[in-house]
Parts: sequence; structure tokens; C-alpha cells
Amino acid sequence: MTVYLFYLLSFIAILSALMVVFSRNPVYSVLYLIVTFFAIAGHYVLLNAQFLAAVHVIVYAGAIMVLFLYVIMMLNLNTYNEMQKANWLRFGAVVSGCLLMVVLVGSLKGAETMQPGAVHDANIGLVSNLGNVLFKEFLLPFEVSSLLFLAAMTGAVMLGKKSIRS
Amino acid sequence: MEWGDIIYKSILVVCVFSVSLLVAMYSTYAERKIAAFLQDRLGPNRAGPFGILQPVADGVKMFMKEEIIPDVSNKALFIIGPSVAMFTACMTGVVIPWGTELVIGGKHYPLQVTDVNIGILYLFGVVSIGVYGIMIGGWASNNKYSLLGAIRASSQMISYELAMGLSIVALIMMTGTLSVREIAAQQVGWHWNVLYQPFGCLLFMICAFAETNRAPFDLPECETELVGGYHTEYSSMKLGFYLFAEYINMFISSAVIATLYFGGYNMPFIGRWVHDPNWMAILGTVFFFCKIFFFIFLFMWVRWTLPRFRYDQLMNLGWKILIPLALLHVAATGVVMWLTGQIH
Amino acid sequence: MQALTKRSKVVSNKRMSFMEKIYLPAIIKGMMITLSHFFKKKVTVNYPEVKRPIAPVYRGQHVLKRDENGAERCTACGLCAVACPAEAITMVAEERKAGEEGLYREEKYASTYEINMLRCIFCGLCEEACPKEAIFLTDRIVPSTFERHEFVYGKDKLVEPTAKDERVDITERQNVDTVEFKKHKEYAHNILYTKNTLK
Repeated sequence: MTVYLFYLLSFIAILSALMVVFSRNPVYSVLYLIVTFFAIAGHYVLLNAQFLAAVHVIVYAGAIMVLFLYVIMMLNLNTYNEMQKANWLRFGAVVSGCLLMVVLVGSLKGAETMQPGAVHDANIGLVSNLGNVLFKEFLLPFEVSSLLFLAAMTGAVMLGKKSIRS
Repeated sequence: MEWGDIIYKSILVVCVFSVSLLVAMYSTYAERKIAAFLQDRLGPNRAGPFGILQPVADGVKMFMKEEIIPDVSNKALFIIGPSVAMFTACMTGVVIPWGTELVIGGKHYPLQVTDVNIGILYLFGVVSIGVYGIMIGGWASNNKYSLLGAIRASSQMISYELAMGLSIVALIMMTGTLSVREIAAQQVGWHWNVLYQPFGCLLFMICAFAETNRAPFDLPECETELVGGYHTEYSSMKLGFYLFAEYINMFISSAVIATLYFGGYNMPFIGRWVHDPNWMAILGTVFFFCKIFFFIFLFMWVRWTLPRFRYDQLMNLGWKILIPLALLHVAATGVVMWLTGQIH
Repeated sequence: MQALTKRSKVVSNKRMSFMEKIYLPAIIKGMMITLSHFFKKKVTVNYPEVKRPIAPVYRGQHVLKRDENGAERCTACGLCAVACPAEAITMVAEERKAGEEGLYREEKYASTYEINMLRCIFCGLCEEACPKEAIFLTDRIVPSTFERHEFVYGKDKLVEPTAKDERVDITERQNVDTVEFKKHKEYAHNILYTKNTLK
């Protein structure tokens, strides 16, 4: 049962991820990306990481993608006024895409040889365990990342403000 | 899971579903009646005694109306929009505990479809994707007013979701659980959370008004500025779906407010007179629905009293007032819990 | 400046105090006001069942009266059409043939008589102008329809039925003042002509 669900979710995830790339209309791309996120959230549920699944849906599908959609709708990027990209730009895009592919394949190859070890605790994804790990073992990275967000937020506010007279 | 459980859960799902639809249906009637009464009018009273069949007449009308899909719209998304709105509205009902549990023949039947241990987060997730119905529909209509409505809806939802989440964080800190059922069970008798966190309750309710797009936060469908807002181009049952989804959302929001802050299915003093657990469960459910109906009434009462916010006022309230207040509330809750020794 | 009502307030844009800034007291106050209206007597009149009382001199749909023998009173003089400020009345006159004395009272009658109810402003000047006491306004309300041409009322709708018990009662409208007023048609153009000058 779980295996079939896994394959179904993976199929949906990969298909919609491909559709994100191949859609001409940016709004379709965003909508397919949302579907991808839901499929990934489904994977989290299969791993018994419900908290992660819920947060993934709330934060990515519920907030960030809404903002994406918001911006794309505001800019009204229709297919007919799409800019013709220069050939060198396309070439650069292909090269950088291939480089990313190489990096991903390389890292996944490294992961294959790594032993999964004895971390198969079914309850590892539950809220209390996650909280304990996050606020005890990884407290410093957690707080540093929040600092990063604070800096990003301040920067956004600064950019959003009208030019202040010096 | 046994077959009996599966059958029981299926029946319960169907019950929850039909009750939500029924309540939403009669909310439309109640809305018109209450609006009329608050304005010294009588309201609908032609279809059946006291107009009690008015929702049926409205439904028939909605189905009989001509279906118009604009030629310049994005047809697939135009249809998906209201479906998503309706679907997400109906999905929220499953984690709400409608009562304790029935004991029939030594078997326990909890009156809740599923007790997810992250129930509140599930609610948030579903609510946060509810905005897609509005956004997709508004964009697919290919109409300026619809698009403006959709954009307003999305920014409003995101802004108020933050304050809503923060007001809930304080509640979670106090109760120590994310399960809606446990939160309800903790409020036995008079230990309603509203008595411990009246301010959080107020914040949550304000945000719930904004999340359901109800007045005074009904900017996405603001008739005076945007014709019909995101559903300007919609007709027939697709429009019906949008309107219906709003009423279901209102019902679920009322249920969530009642569960999280007003004791859910708990009835004070009931233990003195009734001892049979089954009767307790049924009375608790009835009492829970009384609370829900009160909050639905409150939603309507507010709608027909307060004028709509201006857009910048809405954003100011969300970002500059509610979110800092909610953060302060979280901090204050933490300090009080530390002082009373609940945390070390 | 002198206040027009007791409830008028001088508008000021003074800075709000803290209690005013949090709005909630004002919101609760407003909600209490609407709640008090919830229990107040409703002003709605359930129209077809309950009818609002109308004045005895109400000016509604016209009727072309018959005399006591059932003959039409109208002689198609056209004074009503002339008097009509909205130009809603048209008619075609015809000579009465021998043997039609039971149908028409005068030697000339209106073969068609039409009032456009969309133009009519129900001022009652036609009634006042009529020398034969043939046209009257009644307390009946002109019903609404979907088509424009249906509002042009011909003789079929305007002339009252012949049967005695189906006649349109206009006595309600004809109170002492109206009857007295109608006697002095020569003064009708005079706006100073009021009830007081009659006595």
C-alpha cells in the first residue's frame, strides 16, 4: 500500500516538476509547482513526518507560492509579450543547467554509498522530537538562520521605503 | 483498521459533510434574516413558513441559471477555481471534535473523523491553500476587477495568517499540544481557554474574520469598488460554489473558535445531572452546536454593523498592530508560564 | 451657527485618545445599537396581504364611467387630452349611429380612447377638465408588466363594466370638497383657488 502511494506521489511530483519547466505560461508553472509541493508533502507524511508535511504545505504552498502567484498575476506575463531570448543566453542557461545536473548526480551518488545507519526511528518526525533536536542540538544554526531572515526582512523594508533624504 | 471502523468513519465523514453543507445552506437564510432584522425589516418570508425554504429556492435558482464562461477566460482554471474553493472549505471539518465519544456495545466511537496529532497545523494548511480557489478564479476570469479581488484576497490572507498563527502559538504554549481533540478535552467544565487568554482569543477572532473574507474585511469582493470582486465573471452554480464556500468557511471558523477558546463540546455543570456517557456526548454536541451558532450569529452581527476597511487600513491593522500585539502576547504568555513554574 | 436639530454634532479632527484608538469600545457600542434594532418593531408591510392605507383622494388608474343606463358618458370632446400635461391621452371621435343610444349617451363618442400609463403622471387634470363627468381617477394601482405596449390602455381596460354590481366605485374620491371644486371649473386654472375661498 505504502509502496504504491510512494510511486504515485513520486510520479505526480516528477510529472508536475517537469510541467513547471515546460509550461509556456508562468501561471501554469506556479500552479504545477504547488502540485509538486503537495506531492512532496505527501512523501513527508509517508515518512511519518507530519509536522514537516504541514509546515511544508503552510509555508511553501500556502504562503510563498501565493506570493509568487501574486507577483506573476500583477506583472501579467502572458505568452504573447514574452521576450525573445538571445541565443547566448539560451546557451548559458543550458550550460548552467547541465552543471546543476552534474552536481546533483554527484551528490546523490555519494549518498548512495553512505549507509542509512540506525536512524530509522519512526517517531523522529513528530513535533516533540523535532523540537528537542532543533532547540538542543541545532540551537545555534537555528538562531543564525533566524538572524538571516531578520537581515533579509530589514533589507526588504529598506528597499521598499521611499528614498530617505540623507 | 477493521471494516467496522471504516464503515463508521465513512458514515461520520458523510455526516460531517452534510451537516456543514446544511449549516452553510441555512447560514445564507440566517444571514438574510439577521440582516433584515438588524435593519428593521422582515427578510425573506415567502418560500414556506417564515421563508424557511428560501435556501432551497436559491439553490434551484442557482442551478437553473445560465452558465456563462467568458470567451477570453482561461477555461480550465475558470472551472478549477470554484472547485478548489469548495474542496478546501469542506476539508477542514474532519479534524474538529464534534463531541466526546459514543459507547455502543462496549465499543468506543469518537465523534471526530480523525485525530491528527498536528490538527491545528492541518487546519492552517487547508486554510492557507483555500486562497488558491479565489486567486485562480480571479485570474482565470481575465477581468480587471476579478484580478484585483484575487490580489487583495491573497495579500490579505497572507497578512492575517501570520497574526492568526502567532495568536495560536500562545495557545499551544499553554496547552502543550497540537491536537485539537486534546485542546478541547483540556477545557473541562469552566476551564475555557478564553478565560486564560482573552486577548489571544480576540486576536484569533479578528484574524478569523479576515481569513473568511467577511465584513469588515470583505475587500476581495468589495461591491462598491470591484463590482463583484473575484467572482465578477462567475454565474450559475460556480458563483454558488464561491458563495457557499464562504459560508462553509464561516461555519468551520466558528467551530474552530468554539473548540480552541470556548470549551468545544464541554458543558459546565453537566456532570451533576447526567451520568450516562452517551447522553453526555450527545448533549455536548448539542451544546457545541449552540456555541457554533452563536459565533455564526456574531459573524453576521458584525457584518451588518461595521463598515468595510480601506485597503491601507487593512494592511496597517494586520502588519503594524495585530502581528506586534500577537508577538507580545506570545512573549507575555511565556513570561507568565515561567513565573508560575509551568516551564523551567 | 444655530443647530438644526438637537442631535447635530460639530465635526472635529482632533487626535484620538487611546480608548478611541483601539476602536473596540466603539465597535461594541455600534453592535449594541444594531442589536437593539434586532428586537424593534419591523417597518415592513407584507404587501399583498396587508395594504398600506391610502388617502381617499388617491389618484390611480383611470376609469371611463357609464351613466345609470349603461351608456358611455364620454363625448370625445378632447378637453382631457388638451388638459393633460404629459400628453398621455389620445382619442378618435365618431358620430353615434341610430340605434346606438343605449351605448353612448352623447351624439358623438370616442371610438378609440387610449391613455399611455407610462406617460401619465396621475395629476388628475383630465378628471378636472371633463365636462361630462366621464373620466375619473380611482384608487386602483396600474399593474406592472414586461412589455411597453401593454401600458397603453385602450377602452377595453378603461371603460367600466356595464353590469351594475361591477361598476367602479368613485364615491370615495368624491368628497364634499372635490364635488364643490368640480362645480367651479372656470376657476380651475387659478392656483389661489383653495378650500378657504370656497367657503
